[in-house]
Amino acid sequence: MSMLSVIMDAANNLAPFAKMGAGMGAGLAAIGAGIGIGRIGGSAMDAIARQPEALGDIRSNMIVAAALVEGVAFFAIVVCLLILFI
Amino acid sequence: MKGYKHHISRLLFLIVLIFSCSILFAGEAESAKTNKEKPKGDSLNVGTMILEHIADAHEWHIMTIGTTEVTIPLPVILYDNGKISVFCSCQFNHGETAYQGYKIETEGENKGKIVRVLDDGTVDKTAALPLDLSITKNTMSIFICLLILCVIFISIARRYSRNPNKAPSGFQAMLEVLILFIRDDIVQPSIGKKYEKYMPYLLTLFFFIFFCNLLGLIPFFPGGANITGNIAITMVLAIFTFIITSFSAKKSYWVHLVNTPGVPWWLKLPIPIMPIVEIIGVITKPFVLMVRLFANITAGHIIVLGFIGLIFIFGKMNVGIGYGTSVVSVAFSVFMGLLELLVAFLQAYVFTLLSSLYFGMASEEHEHHVENHTNH
Repeated sequence: MSMLSVIMDAANNLAPFAKMGAGMGAGLAAIGAGIGIGRIGGSAMDAIARQPEALGDIRSNMIVAAALVEGVAFFAIVVCLLILFI
Repeated sequence: MKGYKHHISRLLFLIVLIFSCSILFAGEAESAKTNKEKPKGDSLNVGTMILEHIADAHEWHIMTIGTTEVTIPLPVILYDNGKISVFCSCQFNHGETAYQGYKIETEGENKGKIVRVLDDGTVDKTAALPLDLSITKNTMSIFICLLILCVIFISIARRYSRNPNKAPSGFQAMLEVLILFIRDDIVQPSIGKKYEKYMPYLLTLFFFIFFCNLLGLIPFFPGGANITGNIAITMVLAIFTFIITSFSAKKSYWVHLVNTPGVPWWLKLPIPIMPIVEIIGVITKPFVLMVRLFANITAGHIIVLGFIGLIFIFGKMNVGIGYGTSVVSVAFSVFMGLLELLVAFLQAYVFTLLSSLYFGMASEEHEHHVENHTNH
């Protein structure tokens, strides 16, 4: 019986679980950003290896694409911050 | 003399590390302030400290010496149902007393905002919040950024108009590199022939965002306000971009929103999936601009403040660990500061690049009719 009441209590008071969810969400966003930007960096390395004289163009395009992907990851961060602080 | 240069560079690194401890002292002053607010425990609430640094305020807090807080009080301007009140925020006594029927709410959903109080001192919960047009810390900081922008650019423009054929020198040369970079690599490829119409707005946008980001990184007085990390400010910038895109859009732009060329008919006719996607895109693009800039800058500030707060968390456990952590934390803060410099420039660049891309797409001449007919 006491275990049931503990579970009922946990089900009623879900605020700590919301915080845990926010933490996990932020971690998943970091994984997504890491994978995305890692792929961008990898393709940039391949492209530079193929054609070293295009270094400048490739570098600036890589940085732009990385900033855009990071923007998407920041959406998730903003949602997690909203959960934690509002 | 290779060994000599090696020692000089090491010394320089140490000097940079020591000077960056000024961030440490700013953090210590802030934690003293939060300690004063919770007198019963020695609980340093790092979360509250971080949020206070990120948020806007009605006074500019410089430091806390002992128990006195050194702040610059800013004017409070309220418009409440036809009544305009202007007074100094020092009347609020750092949020403790009420004045002229208003006070800063300290708890609940209106925390931090100015609410109306009744005569007996309790908060008037039925009244709407007064319209707060005060000069807050962020507004003051925007004025400082504007002052810097005007001083720099008016002096450079004057130098150009007086000696149009002289080679640039000094500060003028450094900014000319940036301005030419924006014109030749961002604006002109995106917009095409008519790019000069949009250059003033895009240049202002780039330099405003860049200087505001840089000012936010300086830990002491004229800097230190989290300007571009305030979502209202990035929302205004995104709305400007949206308005200019809409007004410079040719008729073909609006027609393409509803009837996108090159898309098969069954995505448009019975259920207009493609028009819905395009219309959502019109709203999403400025929204993404807003969130990207806000989140990048705020996240950077939170990380640096978190590292500094870490020192005090460990220092509470054991003073020795506190000192040890301070070395690591300061090193990480310097690294994050350098990364934040890159982010400051990059975010200004990305905002300007995307704005010019949207202008270019909106004002593009309609050349695709021939293609469409051959596709059928």
